Amino acid sequence: MTDPLSIREQVRWATRLLAVDPNGLGGIWIRARMRPTGLLRDLGPMRRITPNTSDEVLYGGLDLTSTLAAGRPVRSEGLLKHQSSRLCLSMAERAGRRLTARLSMALDQGRGPAIIALDEGIDDERLDPGLADRLAFHLDLNDLHGTKEDPPADMTGIEDAAMRLADVHAPDEILRQTVMLAGHLGIDSLRTPVLAIRAARAAAALAGRKSISEEDMTLAATLVLAPRALVLPGDEMPEQAETSKPEDNPAEQSRKQENDVPEDLLLEAVKAALPPGFLDQMVARNRVRAAKGARGAGAQKVGNRRGRPLPPRPGRLDASSRIDLIATLRQAAPWQTLRRQQTPDHPARVLIRPDDIRLKRFEEKSDRVLIFAVDASGSTALARLAEAKGAIELLLAEAYARRDHVALIAFRGAGAEILLPPTRSLVQAKRRLGSLPGGGGTPLAAGLEAAGRLAELVRSRGATPSVVLLTDGKANITHDGNADRPLAAQDAERFAKLLTQLDLPLAVIDTGNRPQPQAAQLARTLRAQYLPLPRADAYTMSRAVSEALQS
Amino acid sequence: MGRSKPSRNSQARMTQPFPFSAIVGQDEMKLALILTAIDPTIGGVLVFGDRGTGKSTAVRALAALLPPIEVMEGCPYNSATASKDCPHCAEAKPTRQVSRPTPVIDLPLGATEDRVCGALDLERALTRGEKAFEPGLLAAANRGYLYIDEVNLLEDHIVDLLLDVAASGENVVEREGLSIRHAAKFVLVGSGNPEEGELRPQLLDRFGLSLEITTPTDIAQRVEVIRRRDAYETNTAAFLKRWRAQDTRLRKAIVAAVRRAKDASDDSFKIPQAVYEDCARLCVALGSDGLRGELTLLRAARALAFYEDAHEVTRDHLKRVAPMALRHRLRRDPLDEASSTTRVERAIAETFGD
Repeated sequence: MTDPLSIREQVRWATRLLAVDPNGLGGIWIRARMRPTGLLRDLGPMRRITPNTSDEVLYGGLDLTSTLAAGRPVRSEGLLKHQSSRLCLSMAERAGRRLTARLSMALDQGRGPAIIALDEGIDDERLDPGLADRLAFHLDLNDLHGTKEDPPADMTGIEDAAMRLADVHAPDEILRQTVMLAGHLGIDSLRTPVLAIRAARAAAALAGRKSISEEDMTLAATLVLAPRALVLPGDEMPEQAETSKPEDNPAEQSRKQENDVPEDLLLEAVKAALPPGFLDQMVARNRVRAAKGARGAGAQKVGNRRGRPLPPRPGRLDASSRIDLIATLRQAAPWQTLRRQQTPDHPARVLIRPDDIRLKRFEEKSDRVLIFAVDASGSTALARLAEAKGAIELLLAEAYARRDHVALIAFRGAGAEILLPPTRSLVQAKRRLGSLPGGGGTPLAAGLEAAGRLAELVRSRGATPSVVLLTDGKANITHDGNADRPLAAQDAERFAKLLTQLDLPLAVIDTGNRPQPQAAQLARTLRAQYLPLPRADAYTMSRAVSEALQS
Repeated sequence: MGRSKPSRNSQARMTQPFPFSAIVGQDEMKLALILTAIDPTIGGVLVFGDRGTGKSTAVRALAALLPPIEVMEGCPYNSATASKDCPHCAEAKPTRQVSRPTPVIDLPLGATEDRVCGALDLERALTRGEKAFEPGLLAAANRGYLYIDEVNLLEDHIVDLLLDVAASGENVVEREGLSIRHAAKFVLVGSGNPEEGELRPQLLDRFGLSLEITTPTDIAQRVEVIRRRDAYETNTAAFLKRWRAQDTRLRKAIVAAVRRAKDASDDSFKIPQAVYEDCARLCVALGSDGLRGELTLLRAARALAFYEDAHEVTRDHLKRVAPMALRHRLRRDPLDEASSTTRVERAIAETFGD
């Protein structure tokens, strides 16, 4: 392979290989804002599912509407039963754990269709990592421009290749190299090298080879390993924060030792096969992603399905509702004689019409999300950042006991950043907090804005946000990132007023060396509880915050 | 065009999971699962680890390894005899026993309470107007294993319910005008990735054994994992055949241990007083809450002794099962960095002075 594989060629290869071994390769994860029509056309017919697809559709089950009409059980066939078909999951970034866990389970059992996950996410939105891990090919088509129609992938010889698959031999040397390469690229999951071998085998079968060649392996590594790379071999990972600590992770050490081995032909081959800069780009992207952490899937709530029962209401049965049988039967009961007269031959003993159906309703208190917005600017960092961190840790421990979710926003320098999206994972929260650097200006306006945005997002997902702001209130960076103290103060006030409109429980913790008038003023504007950080007493503070937010 | 037939292997893979003996490394996890097979009263197993470490593989493999169970024909509750306590057998009065593989039931995330406990049979209620109970996953898991992937993401009320049923061995459904109780004795196996959320301490404590597993770090071992997985996926039948002998040996060892455990219920098998004391001392040293720790530790050590055909439980047995029986019971400061495994090991060394 002399010329590097362009993204378009990668797409065509992935399509062909998947067609050869749909069961072994699991599927393709495509990140694209625009529908990749060419690719979908080449993959052949497929069934569509969306994040809302119900269990009945996946596994098959009673088709209620038809059942009621026909008066005998009508079953629908589940999509996961079709072995040879393909499922196209659109809006994959929105698919919750409920759905992805089911798809992963089907993939693990080696049955069911291959999955084409169309991920239209922006920035941090992305497919559930558990499912992504099981799909061999990860293609990012966001950088693909131009409207010209792609030539169709060459789909000849697929059937023959599929028949030959089991006869293709995988030499030990190839296995070893794949595992080593995955290690070099910082890929921990063992599923990845397995998928790479499967892809190489499909490539060999397609080329009519009896044994996986170096060329097949290069192709497979290019398609399967490179998009998951976390480390560029030969460079140290800048912050080891993402995996576990280096000293208790021998993998890291052995990996480093392996790095000293200069002759890694496969890696060189992969590098050559990729468009220039592709690997670096991937690594940079994946690192950002790893740093952002796993998506806080626990935070997503579909709807209120448990809690205190409320009276039932009429409605249509769908994936998210539960039927209240007794109420439904009660509703149908008075009409039985009349309906029987109308349709004397109906086989059902009870005649129920779809508009008899009553659904269960529940009232539930939603989860609370505690958003910490931490001022990590120079002025705070010097004085009290360490103490503020200690206080947050205590609050985190409490939040953990109460099963609250926590989120962490830091603002310093030119802007604010969400360090940790809402999560229940204490391990992550602690890690992010520990590695939070201090220094730079105080973009208070940006911090307030980020807190407000996140609070809105949290609320839209059905949880209750509260915000704890840790700052000394000395804003000196304007909302658009310029150093201008008076203007910055105005901006901060403007965004503080916006934040109050969200009507949330708020608390301001003054992290200044001594109580600052600006912070007190900010608390007044926010109509928030004001707590000057008392000297070295994180306990008092954590209690005060809990009380402030309880009210 | 472009549509291939299902590979000829997939049929075999659907029915035949990866062989238990062929799992590379992960000895602690394998041992824990074997111990619960010998003595289900040890309680559930909790496996925490990263993605792709073989958690699900091990659980599904165990199902194939265990000897089949004898159940009454057609009984959805897997009853061994046609007793009147079983809601199905009391009515249908089946006479024939059939053998069935030990059930390993997957509980998917987002499963509703109806699906788990069972509910009014919609089909019969709506089409025939009959009030009938449709058994749920708990019934299907009776006398087997209930496996929950990503247990830390399961809704709390479902986890509570599961642990309650697992502890009492009975599922009671009282709603929608139904009143049903049926046996639901199963070993709960939960797995999860700690990065994605944790389990409440109250729930942690209810699992008998807990494990923290990582991907093997040794290159040779990693290569071996890949090699076996690849061999399994490309030629399942041949791979299974190659490992059948080992699996059979392991199954025999488990069956023998179960028999020994049964025989030992009269008092041919003694637990020395010193071992009881060791148990208590270790738990006190670790400050584990309640007595569940001691009980589990003792049961696990006894199961290990049966498995190895020892005459009595020794301190060595105790030491080997202590980490898995105790590491999740430490009263922990949720912000403490030290891993609980290290703490248990330290306590063992200090308590037993070696």
